[in-house]
Formats: sequence, C-alpha cells, structure tokens
Amino acid sequence: MHRKKFFAALGTIALASTLVLAGCSSSAGSSGNKQTGNTIKLGGNFELSGAAAQYGQAMERGTKLAVEQINKDGGVKVGSKKLKIKLIQKDNKSDNSTVSSVATDLTTKSKVNAVVGPITSGAGLAAIPNYTKAKVPFITPGGTQDSLTLQKSGKVQPYVFRSCFEDSYQGKALAKYAYNTLNAKKVAILADKSTDYAQGLTKAFKAEYKGKVVTTEYYQSGDKDFNTLLTKMKNKGFDAIFVPGYYSEAGLIIKQAREMGISTPILGADGFADPKLAKIAGTNNTTNVYYTTHFDTLANTDAKATNYMKAFKAKYNEDAGTFDALAYDATYMIKDAIESEKSADSTKIADGLAKIKNFKGVTGTITMDKNHNPQKQVIITKVDNGKEVSATAVK
Amino acid sequence: MKKNLKYNLTWLVLMVVGFVLINVLEFGGIIDALGEQTLVTIGINIILATGLNLIIGFSGQFSLGHAGFMAIGAYVCALITTSIATPMGMVIGMIAGAAVSALVALIVGIPTLRLDGDYLAIATMGVAEIIRIILNNLKITNGPAGLYNIPLLATWPVVYIMVCLTTLLIVNLIHSRDGRAIMSVRENEIASESMGVNTTKWKVIAFVVGAATAAIGGALHANYIQTIAPTDFGIMNSINILIIVVLGGIGSITGTFVAAAVLGVLDLVLQNFGTLRMVIYSLALILLMVFKPSGLLGTRELSIRKIFNKFGHSKQKGDA
Amino acid sequence: MDTILQQLVNGLSLGSIYALLALGYTMVYGIIKLINFAHGDIYMVGAFWGYYVINQLHFNFWLALISAMIFCGLFGVLVEWLAYRPLRNSPRIAALITAIGVSFLLENGMAYLFTSNVRSFPQVMHVVRYHLGGVSISNIQLLILVVSIVLMVLLQLIVRKTKMGKAMRAVSVDPEAAQLIGINIDHTISFTFALGSALAGAAGVMIGLYYNSIDPLMGMTPGIKAFVAAVLGGIGLIPGAAIGGFVIGLLETIMQALGFSAFKDAAVYAVLIIILLIKPAGILGKKIKEKV
Repeated sequence: MHRKKFFAALGTIALASTLVLAGCSSSAGSSGNKQTGNTIKLGGNFELSGAAAQYGQAMERGTKLAVEQINKDGGVKVGSKKLKIKLIQKDNKSDNSTVSSVATDLTTKSKVNAVVGPITSGAGLAAIPNYTKAKVPFITPGGTQDSLTLQKSGKVQPYVFRSCFEDSYQGKALAKYAYNTLNAKKVAILADKSTDYAQGLTKAFKAEYKGKVVTTEYYQSGDKDFNTLLTKMKNKGFDAIFVPGYYSEAGLIIKQAREMGISTPILGADGFADPKLAKIAGTNNTTNVYYTTHFDTLANTDAKATNYMKAFKAKYNEDAGTFDALAYDATYMIKDAIESEKSADSTKIADGLAKIKNFKGVTGTITMDKNHNPQKQVIITKVDNGKEVSATAVK
Repeated sequence: MKKNLKYNLTWLVLMVVGFVLINVLEFGGIIDALGEQTLVTIGINIILATGLNLIIGFSGQFSLGHAGFMAIGAYVCALITTSIATPMGMVIGMIAGAAVSALVALIVGIPTLRLDGDYLAIATMGVAEIIRIILNNLKITNGPAGLYNIPLLATWPVVYIMVCLTTLLIVNLIHSRDGRAIMSVRENEIASESMGVNTTKWKVIAFVVGAATAAIGGALHANYIQTIAPTDFGIMNSINILIIVVLGGIGSITGTFVAAAVLGVLDLVLQNFGTLRMVIYSLALILLMVFKPSGLLGTRELSIRKIFNKFGHSKQKGDA
Repeated sequence: MDTILQQLVNGLSLGSIYALLALGYTMVYGIIKLINFAHGDIYMVGAFWGYYVINQLHFNFWLALISAMIFCGLFGVLVEWLAYRPLRNSPRIAALITAIGVSFLLENGMAYLFTSNVRSFPQVMHVVRYHLGGVSISNIQLLILVVSIVLMVLLQLIVRKTKMGKAMRAVSVDPEAAQLIGINIDHTISFTFALGSALAGAAGVMIGLYYNSIDPLMGMTPGIKAFVAAVLGGIGLIPGAAIGGFVIGLLETIMQALGFSAFKDAAVYAVLIIILLIKPAGILGKKIKEKV
C-alpha cells in the first residue's frame, strides 16, 4: 500500500519535471570567442596534479616559454597591430570530469581565443564537447589516438588539432624502420597495456611490420619490475624488442634488459624521447636504443631545435623533452594561424590551424592534413652510451 | 503511511520549486554554462555518495569498491546509448546498468558481506579493481582507450530528476520498516540477529541498492562527459566518493548533499592554483577531519517531519 | 627448469619489497586499528631523502640507508602526533580519511616542491651479477633480500624480547587495560610509528637503488599492494606481513610467467578475496570469538 503510493509519487515527479523540461530548452548558438582589447587570450588546460602531472607540467613549461618569447618579440601581428598573448591556465588534476569543466571555464568565463591542452587522448575526448560548443580550437601536444580528431561519422572535428604524431602514422614508420633499416626480421613486443597510446602503436606496428612478431607481452603503467617478463622473453630468439610506452617505464625496461644480458636493439616511439630515459636506464645501458625524436639536431641544419633546447635549459635548468617541445610548437602554431588569418577570433584561429602549411617548428616542419594531423617526418635516432649518435628520416 | 506520503509530497513540491528556480536563474544569466556544469558534477556526486552512505552510514558495512559499480553502470549505459541515442535509450541504459550492477553486487555481496570492518573494505576494493582490470582487457569496452562519442543524454534536467529520484528512494527505504532493520545491523549485529532480523539479507539489500545507485551515477557520468575509460574508475575514485560521505557526516543524507556541494565548489575554486591545488585540498581535508571528526553535519538531517512538528507545535501553543 | 628457478628469484626479490612495506602497515594497524594510507608515501619520502643525502652530502649506501630510517622514523612520529593523535577517540573512519589526506598532502607537497618528474637515483653501488647454474642474481637483489630479512628478524626480536615490545603487544590487545598497568600509550604508539616508518624509509632507499627511478607518486601502488599483503597474511601479525608480501610477489611473477600479465593485479585481489572467505582473518590470523 505504502509502496504503491511511493511509486505513484515518483511517477508524479517524473511527469512534472518532464513538463517543466519541455518548457525550456537552452541552446544558444555560440559564434566563438572574439578577440577584444589589446591581448589575445590563450587558455591552458593543464594536468598539473594527479597521475599525468609529469607530462602536464612539461606542457606547461613549453607553453609558458613560447608565450614569453612571443611577447618579448613584440607579440602577434594581427593586421597592423601587434597583440600580446595572455596565458590563462587552470589545473585539471588529470581527471576527465575536471578536464571538461576546465574547458567550460576557459571558453565561457575567461573567453579564451584558443587553448593548449589537455595532454592525453582520453582527456582530449572529454574536453572536445565543450570546446566545440564554444567554437574554440584546441591543440593537444600528446593526444595521439587516431580517432581523437574525428567525429563518429568519420568527419573531422572542426576544433580539434594536435601537434604530435597520430599513433598509426608513427607505428607504421617504426615498423618500416625495424624491418628495413634495423634489418630485424623477428621482433618481440613489450607493450603498455594500460594506455591507448601504446595500444594504438602496437596495433599499427603489427599491421605494417613484414617480419615475424615472436611474442607480445604486456605491462601496466607504473610497473617497476620487468625481470619476470624479460626472463620469459629472453630465449624467444628475436632481432629487436619494440617497446611502445613512455620513458618512465621504458627506462627501467632498458636497464633490466641490459643487466639481464639482452643486447638486441630496443626500439621505441616518441614516448622514449626524453633525457630522463638515459638517466633512469643508466648511460651505459642506453646503448643500441632507437626511438623517434622531435629534435632532429643531427639530421637537420636548422638551428631552431638547438636554440629551443638552449632557451629551455636556461629558463628551467633542465633538458627539454618531447612534451614541452610539442606544447611550444602548439603555441607557435596558434600564433601562425592568427597571423595568416589576420584575426584572433576563435573561429578564425580554427580556420588558420586547419590551413597550416610548411610551419617551421622545433619538432619539424609541419603541414596539417585534412584530418588535423600534422604531417612531419618521423626521424629515428640511435642512442649509444646515452648519447644520440645518428638520425635517419623514415620514408 | 499517510504521513510519509505527506512528507514525500512536500519534498516533491520543494524539488519542483528548486528545479524551476534554478531554471529561472539560468535564464536570467545568473547561472552560466560553468555553473550548470558544476551543478551536474555535484548532482552526480550526490547520487554516488548517497548510495555509499546507505551502505556505510546506515547498514554499517565499510565498502571501498563504489567506483567498480559506477564503472559497470557507465559502460552498460554507454554501450546501449551509443546504439540507441535517444532519451528512451538513456532510460533503458540506466535501468540495464543498475540491473547488471545490482546483479554483480548480489553475487559478490553474499559471500563477502560475511567479512567485517576493514576486511570487507579491502575485499570490496579488490572487487572494484577486478572489474576495472576486466574492462581494461575486454574488446567490447575498447580496452584502455575506453568508449567515446557517447551521446550527450544526461543533460542537467535529467541529472536533477535522477538526484531527486535516487534520494527519495534511499530516504524512503531508510525511514521504512526495512530501513530500521538495516540500521539495526549497524547498531548491533548480534542483538538484531537475536531479535529475528536476518542480518545477512539486510546487509546484502543495502549493498545491492547502493550498487544500483552507483551504476546510475556512472551512467549519468558517461552520458555527460561523453567519454569513459577504465582509469576513470580506479581506487582513488572510490576514495573520493568515500570522502564526500565522511565529510558530510556518516549516516546523514543532508550531510552528503552539503559535502558534495562544498567539495564541488572547492574544486572549481582550486583550478586556479595549479600544482598547489591538491596540497590545499589535502590540508583542508586533514583540518576538517581533525576539528570535525564526525563530519560537517554529524548524523543530523534536515527533516520536513521535524519542521512540520515544530510548526504544528508552535501553532498549537498559539491556539492555546 | 632454470627459467623457473630464475622466476622464483625474481618473485622473491619483488616479494621482499612488499613484505618490508607490509610490516609497517601491520604494526600500525595492530596497535591503533588504523589503515595508515600514508605509509606508502613515507616510503617515497625515504627514497627522496636517500636521493638528496647521496647527491648533496655524498653519503655512502649504508649511511644513506640508516639516515633514511632515522629520518622517516621521526617523520612518522611527527605525522602521528599532528594528524592521528587528535583523532584517537574519534570514529575510525575519520582517522582513515585523515590518513588519506596525509597521503595526498605528501604526494602533492613533494610534487609541488620537487616537480612530478621521474628522477634517477644516484647509483652508489655497482651492479654485479652472480651466476649460479642457470640462475642469475644481482648484488642489489641479494642486498634487498638480506637486509629485508635482517630487519624483519630484528623487528620480531624488538616486539618479542624488549620491554617496549611487550608494551606494544599489550596496547594492541587492550589499550585501556594497558594504561591501567602503567603503560604510556602515547609513547608506545609513537614508538610503533617510528619503527614502521623506519622500515618504509629503508625500503625507499633500497628500491631507489634497485630500480633507479623515484617520483612523488611512487608510493601509491606499492602502498596499496603492501596493505593487501598485510591483510592477506593476517593483519597485525609480523610473520603474516612477511608471508603476505612474498605470496603476492610470487603470485605476480607466476601470472606474468604464464602470460597473464594483464591480469596480474586481478589475480592478486582474487586470491585475497578467496583467502579472506576461507580464513576471514588472513593466512596466519586467528579469528577472535565475538562476545556479546
């Protein structure tokens, strides 16, 4: 009896609310954030605390350095005026709900014209709806997942850009390199099972690689002990190990593999490209290691990368790495887009970013393809005794 | 019986008034997009935390696995709504999510709820981790990348209605005969057993209802943020829900509301503090616990019944 | 066969680390029934202490190890005094949330002061590998194993043979009765925290040396695993923590060796739940009869 009434009551409220709901549907179409005053507002949706803080803080450092240099050089040229960039940054604590709320905050409260970050693909996916609603473009320096820039229908996401490689592009290049240049006919794969970055790379690598994958083993981000997996792999007879993952674990894998007496080449993606890799692995162990680098100081005579590394070292007293450089380039890509469109309105910036061509960044020469993926050469460097000794561009 | 209906109706009226009020504020531009998003986040946290409060605060069972049940609801609902992208799909998704979650809770609850205190906490934490690891390795859940392009169906009115529904459900359960049985388990298991209360049954019921509400919270989360991945449902997420419950006051639904709101606003303010954010948050947490160990509200509740009684009482006085 | 033996060695060296951390959990839980969530972070503080004293003050390994134990011991006492003592008579769950708060504070405070970057631990000891038949073991693995076992034996001696140890056991059985016979509860609890935290500090320095990588969040996962180990073995019991640690280390190794590396953590939790259902107080725990 009592229950019946209770449910009847629930029904009433549901009905009443639906009626109220029908009365109001708020869908005010945004026309993007116009640039106002003498500044261009750049948003920063950064992972400054939480699990991805290591990468998010690097992104913060790269973006800040770029903004500082742009402003020192007079600012961004918009038509006849030179405007300064104001960076408005917020911490998303590596949590997708907060990423989404920071995206709303930046676009509707701070009224930014463009955003750098978040850094991971998962966070990027959580941020897309709010950026798109506000018509504000963002560049992710680390969101490598192939489908990140695509809508469900396969059309491109109009406000999503990246400055990094997408997984399939890099995975294919690495597979070619392993087979053609390293001459490895058999590889073992030791992949991070807990990130979509490593999973995407593994998939693309396996699809492209012409040789034989003798074994695939998995670890989780944050693992420290790889002795068991390496012991198991040791006698499988491979010419090289492919390790899709980030330097925090890859450094330990290199260390433990070398200490165990595995001396075959170890191949990695741009997740390896950080000075901390050799520090964690130990310089002597970091021999016969190959990875994608963003600083082609050896292959390229362009002083851009070298200058960046110097400036970074001078400001932060540590060596530059992948994510700070990609964030630095992202900031300059936004500047480039504004200058070519002669407007810093958010929708114009999006147009400009889509049209980027032969942009000279510190991580290479970038041309945006139709899916907002930067087309740049994959350059793989060989490291011996912790030092880069040669670099090859993969065709 | 009739009395309960009276209070429920009063609450219903208040809820509708609240809804209209917030909508008016939104039209007036006082609550903007960010305000709405904050309200939604707070709402989802309230749903999650009231369910956990039922388990911890009222049945006295210490569960650390709430994020696992949230994950089940989120994934089931997301899978359904991606193929049926209509409000009906959302309803089906929520019901299915809650049902699967309740079933899992039933299966793990019957054996594990025999454990007591911290042993139960660690066992439930283990269950949640196992759920997360399975989601990370299944094909249908798309592994570590998770599901994305989930349609936006959990709009703010939907979340508001679900907050009202789940709260009404839990509050009515607590105030019923069944609720008293559940609370007797918390007070003294042996005594209540000797009074003829089937303690295991009531523990399991509280656990299952809590898991079902967690699933609804998860479903709303998935269809609001529009992307989910296994990392969204780790141990830390269970702990964050636990913090809301304890901070508000264990055994106080009003407290849960207050704590969720306070933490939601705090989270918004702290976004500007960069790396210091979590330092400030943790200090606030420690200080609150040291100075108010029983939470913001203790076990106090805002009760319409009490207000009615007081009001009626003073009127009687006036008459006399 | 060699591979199996090698994997056994791998499992034991992993397990000894969990065991060392689990001891601290178990002692604190045994005496004040608090899940000290911040224990894993004390281990992180120990690792950072080692990093600084070796880099800045050029301590050798043993000096770094002992100084880290002393520092972490004092640090543990300080944390107890500031954060846990005021809550001694509060609901246990409030103390638990405080412990979580302390854990967040240590993780994020360190990330704020030293950035979240991974650092390489100074290699004060040259790695030498010994080959016994087909099995290879490094000097650092041996060191960890030996130091852990020595510390566990020492701890057992302190708890069993000294006056303080007797006081600890008394307080853990019945704090009020212990007070009545003249035991200073505050001192005893402080001492317990000092011991447990010192072990965590030792683990921090050894892990830093072994894996050569430390960061502010390094204590999170091992902390939870160690807690699982403590519960598995029977929380509150020192031999239980040791057994729990080794069981988990071996279990993870077996799962990986069999090719289920993606499910290794799931297996640990599954075994934990099964053991708790069969023996609700852990492998070595005795179920105390409930009195009405």
